[in-house]
Amino acid sequence: MTRATRLALFAVAAAGLAVLLGAAFADLPSFGAARHPYRDAAVTSAIAHHTANVVSSVNFDTRAIDTLGEEVILLASVVGVATLLRRAEGEHQRRGASGGRVLELTKFAGYQMLGVTLLIGFDVVAHGHVTPGGGFQGGVVLATGFHLLYVAGRYGALERLRPLPAFELGEAAGATGFAGLGLAGLAVLGGYLANLWPGGSFGQLLSAGTVPLLNIAVGIEVASGVVVLLAKFLEQAIAITDGGVE
Amino acid sequence: MYAYVVAGWLLLVGAFGIVRSRNLIHAVVCLSVCQSSTYVLLLAIGYQSHATAPVFASTVPTRAKVVDPVVQAMTLTDIVVSATVTALLLALAIQIAKRHHTVDPDDLSSLHG
Repeated sequence: MTRATRLALFAVAAAGLAVLLGAAFADLPSFGAARHPYRDAAVTSAIAHHTANVVSSVNFDTRAIDTLGEEVILLASVVGVATLLRRAEGEHQRRGASGGRVLELTKFAGYQMLGVTLLIGFDVVAHGHVTPGGGFQGGVVLATGFHLLYVAGRYGALERLRPLPAFELGEAAGATGFAGLGLAGLAVLGGYLANLWPGGSFGQLLSAGTVPLLNIAVGIEVASGVVVLLAKFLEQAIAITDGGVE
Repeated sequence: MYAYVVAGWLLLVGAFGIVRSRNLIHAVVCLSVCQSSTYVLLLAIGYQSHATAPVFASTVPTRAKVVDPVVQAMTLTDIVVSATVTALLLALAIQIAKRHHTVDPDDLSSLHG
């Protein structure tokens, strides 16, 4: 198919889809309206379980089993990337690969931000049930925090700071912890991922029952998963050469 | 209503980018644009005028009007799935670049063993 035919075909299909979307949007509730029955139900349930962040309550309490599925998708994707990007025949791992020149100021800012970013990451994970945030968001902050070392020009230091086997283990441990908390809910309350002790004082660190624990499990898994993912991509870009070149 | 139109436009413009793409990395980014249309649509459905974020605190009493947290939770799931899909597709693009020495989808017409 030539590019011209393909674009013509796309124009027809896109026009059709635009008409269908327009018809569908016309039937949606008007933007900004006050009627949100699911919101009312979710807010009632979150308050009953002493969870100040209703989004976390939906993700880790009422819809926790969907989040388990989401975690498994993440796990599968990390395994998939690790498989696709494993070292092929004829490729060599370069030792002591170091980047080009890095500005002193960039190095300074990188080291400065490293501690701050890791601290923010832990905070976002730990307070996911009382303030905006949670395991997914905090996990990504933690994982990118480690890579400030790379921005500061120290690929070697980054490799030492994040021993990959430990993070591969961390990812499995996070997923197992989430599934295990679910089994605990099944054993105690007869419902998989049921909230074990939905008490505590509303809006405080010790509240919302298993929600913060599930947040921590997800935080460990996401941080480890993203570190492993980025490590595989960085390895391709920096440390692997295809035989003949070097 | 404008938010819904923006969601539809993002979907179509992302698809258009994929159709005319000459680079697999560019195509992956275009797919991310398509996926972001679903975030806009979900958040627009849950929006309520003059309502605040669904996180209660000392300044946000539990009787305050909040926007729909269910669609926000779904958007979070959506973003995670989108990130995993992007990671897998980029890994595939690296493998294609290694094996076929090109990232132009138009040059990938023949099947190699």
